[in-house]
Amino acid sequence: MGKTISEKILSLHSGKDVKADDFIITNVDIALVQDGTGPLTIKEFHNLKFNTLIPHHSLLFIDHASPSPRKELSNAHNILRSFANGGNAKLFDVGEGVSHQIVAEKFVKPGNLVVGADSHTCTAGAMGAFATGMGSTDIAIAFGTGKVWLKVPQTIKIKLTGQIQKGVYSKDVMLHIIGDIKADGATYKALEFDGDYIHNLSFEQRLTLTNMAVEAGAKTGIIPTDDITKEYLKKHNREKDYIEIYADNDAIYEQILEYDVSKIEPQISFPHTVDNVKNISEINEDIKIDQVVIGTCTNGRLEDLKIAADIMKGHKKHKNIRCLIVPASKEVYKEAVKEGFIDIFIDFGATIINPGCGPCVGVHAGILADGEKVLSTQNRNFKGRMGNPLAEIYLSSPATAAATAITGKITDPRNFI
Amino acid sequence: MIIKGKVWKFEDNISTDLIAPGRYFHLRTNLPELAKHVLEDAREDFSQNVQKGDIIVAGINFGLGSSREHAPRIIKLAGVSCIIAKSFARIFYRNAINIGLPVITLKEADKINENDVLSIDLSNGIINNITKNEEYKFKEIPEFILNILNSGGIENIIKEREKNFFLEV
Repeated sequence: MGKTISEKILSLHSGKDVKADDFIITNVDIALVQDGTGPLTIKEFHNLKFNTLIPHHSLLFIDHASPSPRKELSNAHNILRSFANGGNAKLFDVGEGVSHQIVAEKFVKPGNLVVGADSHTCTAGAMGAFATGMGSTDIAIAFGTGKVWLKVPQTIKIKLTGQIQKGVYSKDVMLHIIGDIKADGATYKALEFDGDYIHNLSFEQRLTLTNMAVEAGAKTGIIPTDDITKEYLKKHNREKDYIEIYADNDAIYEQILEYDVSKIEPQISFPHTVDNVKNISEINEDIKIDQVVIGTCTNGRLEDLKIAADIMKGHKKHKNIRCLIVPASKEVYKEAVKEGFIDIFIDFGATIINPGCGPCVGVHAGILADGEKVLSTQNRNFKGRMGNPLAEIYLSSPATAAATAITGKITDPRNFI
Repeated sequence: MIIKGKVWKFEDNISTDLIAPGRYFHLRTNLPELAKHVLEDAREDFSQNVQKGDIIVAGINFGLGSSREHAPRIIKLAGVSCIIAKSFARIFYRNAINIGLPVITLKEADKINENDVLSIDLSNGIINNITKNEEYKFKEIPEFILNILNSGGIENIIKEREKNFFLEV
């Protein structure tokens, strides 16, 4: 019987021939925490009397409240710093960027098993890896034993075909899918993306798809490897990490969903759930926006910044808009400077925030006032997400966000392309 | 394990942002303080009035969103003995199990009302609604998970087996 990518990776890591619905104990390659979940992981690590870090990579990221806006969080950051200094965990401190971006750039290899105390750990699945978010205790155990418990997920194959329209991006595709299958449409399951759209899609845009797998409830989102994967690794001087990862032809899927991406137009997710998605042409009212955010682990990569810069060039932001740009990592930031995107953003009237999670988590760097509306390229719009339950969060692609920053209201980016 | 308690009802899609709001991010290293705000954006009356042993009953996709284990931890700290929902988001579900907070998936959750008193037989998959004199059956919890719940959380299993838990399964 053939295997899905998840079944293959989990069989290799558990040393058993596993299939969907099995409970397994499995080895992990990479385990990570961030400043929101890490202090509890470290407390549990000590509580369980572990001494040594077992995974090949044990990673700590200060990306959520970074730099710290208040003393309690500064103290929490120091818990991570002391832990890194006392052992072999590698720390990425203020200014380095979002964990998921750095894992993609520097660590994850095809076929890896990645666990993280952060729900968007699934982002790394774009590398043909099994990557999933867990709790702090899980990662304490992963740090101390190199293992976690898992239920092998059933897999939904998402086959994406067709030629995408100009002004439409993988973010729109993923919002469309989530709007279709809903926020619990893939609960406990893996999403395997495939089809000719995928194999022509840039690696950076692939990361947006897998990043948002959890917004459909999925355990992970996985993309088989190909020449584009290889190119990305080569760009980051990791070409030797490449191996081919794909599902067997006779793998058993829970279901196969097919989408013709040529029919998808720019999408907007309305408050307060990610699956509350509308086609931009269906919006008949003016939705005035107070703040635009372009960045985060979902859409803060170089290609995203290029898409935004191309639209903003020669324009000024609307006078009533605060436009915040958050590069996902230091590397993205440096490249964006080199490419001249940052100049364009500054001339446009945008504010550049240091690499990290930015305002997405609601602790700093752009908390909204009561009744305000934000359009963000992030992955979540739950009530209270950005620090104020009385604010409203809309989600879109970087192109739609850039066009909106020009006009001051939610705007179809195809008007500017 | 038998659990008995009074019901608090919640809607569909209770996110971890509603359970443990991001504006209290700085309290994550102080769980008793954070617990004072548990679920306050979903129901203002909950955190002040919840009693030890009370049961949460909710709709679909309870606990969606972030991986913050603080969410089930502060629900447990507030005294809640069990969560029943039509469905759970998976990270919340595994976090609850890992910390020894029973979570039950029940399609008929709508039949249960606020303030009903329930008696739950976790091992046999039976919920008794004492107020309404009704019985609901839920799908048996897999042995692997029941073992963690009966031990009061994965921490106790690891301690008991001197860290060898993962070598013996």
